[in-house]
Amino acid sequence: MNFGFTEEQDLLRAEVRKFLNEKAPLEEVRKQCESEEGFDRGLWKQMAELGFAGLTIPEIHGGAGLDLVTLLVVLEETGRSLFPSPLLSNVVASQAIQRFGSEAQQARWLPGFADGTRLGTLALLEEGDDLSPDGVKLQAKKDGEEIILTGRKLFVPDAGNADVFVVAYRLSSGAEEVGLALVEKGSAGVSAADFAAMDLTKRVGSLELNDVRVPSDQLLCEGGPAWSAIQSLVELGAALVTAETVGAAEGALAITTSFAKEREQFGSKIGRYQGVKHPLAEIYVDIESYKSLVYYAFWALDEGHDDAALAISRAKAYASETFPLAGINGVQLHGGVGYTWEYDIQLYLKRGKWMRPIYGDADYHYDRIAQLGGL
Amino acid sequence: MDFQLSPQEEKFRDEVRSFLKDNLPAQGEKRPADFLAQWNAKVREKRWVGFSWPSEVGGGGGSLMEQVILKEEMARAKAPGLGTCFMGLAWVGPSIIQYGTEEQKQKYIPDILDGAYQWCTGYSEPDSGSDLASLKCKCVREGDEYVVNGQKIWTSIAMWSKMMILLVRTDTEVDSKHDGITCLLVEMDSEGLEVRPIKNMGGGAMFAEVFFSDVRVPVENRLGDEGQGWQVTVSALANERSSIAEVYGLRRKMDELEDLAERTVRAGQKAIEMPSIRRRLQRADIRIEAMRLNGQRFLTKQLRGDPLGSETSINKLHRAALEVEMGELAMEITGSASTLMRGSDVAPENGRWADYALGWPEVVIGGGTPNIQKNIIAERLLGLPKD
Repeated sequence: MNFGFTEEQDLLRAEVRKFLNEKAPLEEVRKQCESEEGFDRGLWKQMAELGFAGLTIPEIHGGAGLDLVTLLVVLEETGRSLFPSPLLSNVVASQAIQRFGSEAQQARWLPGFADGTRLGTLALLEEGDDLSPDGVKLQAKKDGEEIILTGRKLFVPDAGNADVFVVAYRLSSGAEEVGLALVEKGSAGVSAADFAAMDLTKRVGSLELNDVRVPSDQLLCEGGPAWSAIQSLVELGAALVTAETVGAAEGALAITTSFAKEREQFGSKIGRYQGVKHPLAEIYVDIESYKSLVYYAFWALDEGHDDAALAISRAKAYASETFPLAGINGVQLHGGVGYTWEYDIQLYLKRGKWMRPIYGDADYHYDRIAQLGGL
Repeated sequence: MDFQLSPQEEKFRDEVRSFLKDNLPAQGEKRPADFLAQWNAKVREKRWVGFSWPSEVGGGGGSLMEQVILKEEMARAKAPGLGTCFMGLAWVGPSIIQYGTEEQKQKYIPDILDGAYQWCTGYSEPDSGSDLASLKCKCVREGDEYVVNGQKIWTSIAMWSKMMILLVRTDTEVDSKHDGITCLLVEMDSEGLEVRPIKNMGGGAMFAEVFFSDVRVPVENRLGDEGQGWQVTVSALANERSSIAEVYGLRRKMDELEDLAERTVRAGQKAIEMPSIRRRLQRADIRIEAMRLNGQRFLTKQLRGDPLGSETSINKLHRAALEVEMGELAMEITGSASTLMRGSDVAPENGRWADYALGWPEVVIGGGTPNIQKNIIAERLLGLPKD
């Protein structure tokens, strides 16, 4: 029984934290996310060289070949520093190819993800914002071995920067008559752009496909297996987001707590008052609790345990309901300055808004829990 | 990270499982009249009563991990408790083992393990609840005896106990209120000691006021040194920090609630299918799972040799919130009938859930109120200034 990290993982955490503290303190984060691309490509390259970008990509494809629990350590740190990067999207896309792609597809795409030169993302949602099979409406026309895609994908993470999209499409009207294909940004008929988003540290956009011809060597899977593939990518995404949320929530709690230790009103530090202490203690209790849930979920994912999906949904439901409150309470406890652009707590409040719906909100995950045979 | 048991731990788990299979009647099967007596004798013989205590005093000498396995398996099988002397096993025994004299150990420990009689705990006073260390119960030494005068309150099962672990003030001229407190082991039939049960809001009486007028306690009944009482108490309560039993208790209650929601039909719809009820059940369910996993994270810390500190307040807060919420949920599920007490023919499960909804203060307030737990977290874990 060991619900903790290895020495190597602890060292990795220290290394990532040091890197981010040096290269991406919040004043840098603000500059990076307001830049054209929304992140610093040079830094991303450096992270790739340190092995953080391809952490879970097999060594034969240029990655470090480590498990998800090790990635969790990195995600907690990128979350803590609100680091703007394509890491999450890239992991989802690379895992899609690792899990469902052929040897040739893996050899073609994964090295670029690992060395930081290529960016990928999952394009799943459409109008209707529906994570069930019905939500996949983008129509595929078969043309021999190829397919032709037409339609619009919404809420695509890092859409504007992605070089390749893992696109969910519909073959026919049967519930699970869906497929997954890789679509390159440069292909004829593809256009992608980011929306104006609330959380500037997280880019999100749309992907338009207009009679896009996808050659057969870019198809990943179809039918029932494709739907379970999509489902498992949503689960993975939810797990990754929740892991980052643990770090982000600890960041929000840390800056609010240190504010409460400095700010004086009524002749005393406000952190002495129970009206300030108690909400902070409640935030702490919630963070520690979804932390336990998400740690277990990552372990269960690595071990291929059959309760991994349940564990993820529990963690995401809990975090989606409570992390946004950490931002709201954080702003409130700051008082007037919390409402300003200048103070950092607002960045965490916005992260809370971003994380609530992505890869399923609390309601979605409660329903998933019931579907999966939990309560 | 690794949640698997080692081969040796698995072997112990299998031993527990096969014991349970042999000695616990199957669900729904009628238990023989002498079942509990038999059970108590058998688990005592296995040395599973006081399993964490050293074998020299008659305990089981179980490792931390074995203790966890034993508790988990017992809870999962819905087995009766291990031993019957609740407070003796929970904190009186551990305190005596740590601070007691040889004579005290020989005199009290075997009886606690055998469940020969009950112990009660005389800590709280009318003006010293959350602020326990401000206690005033007066105690003066006269030769070989201490003379106690004062009052205790909220003393659970005082009326059924033979012995009490009592905190008194032996010194009022101290700089810190934590000094000058002494711990005594008192016979409940001592002259001048009076127990008055207090009726709680549920109508029952589990706790009492205890009055001391010139109660004489032999000096050999002092536990630890004079003035060391606070230390004795704090380390004794630290023994009660593992939340495994509570988690399984809540889990069992949750299963029963789910079952209640499944059987209850309101306006033609099963309660469990009402979205608002279902969400609340699910929310509680997730928190119980979080508590279980929090407990495993704390356990990992202990296994690595670090003592537990204030982080145990996390699960105490969860538990407090859940005990209240689950009682409310039972009321919400059963609607108008929820307000009926035992004896009404349409009271769900003969008023059991109504009792539950009136019973939470015992655990929610008893172990340190939620507001105190929040102060502990804010001050000791977040480093906010003391109030």
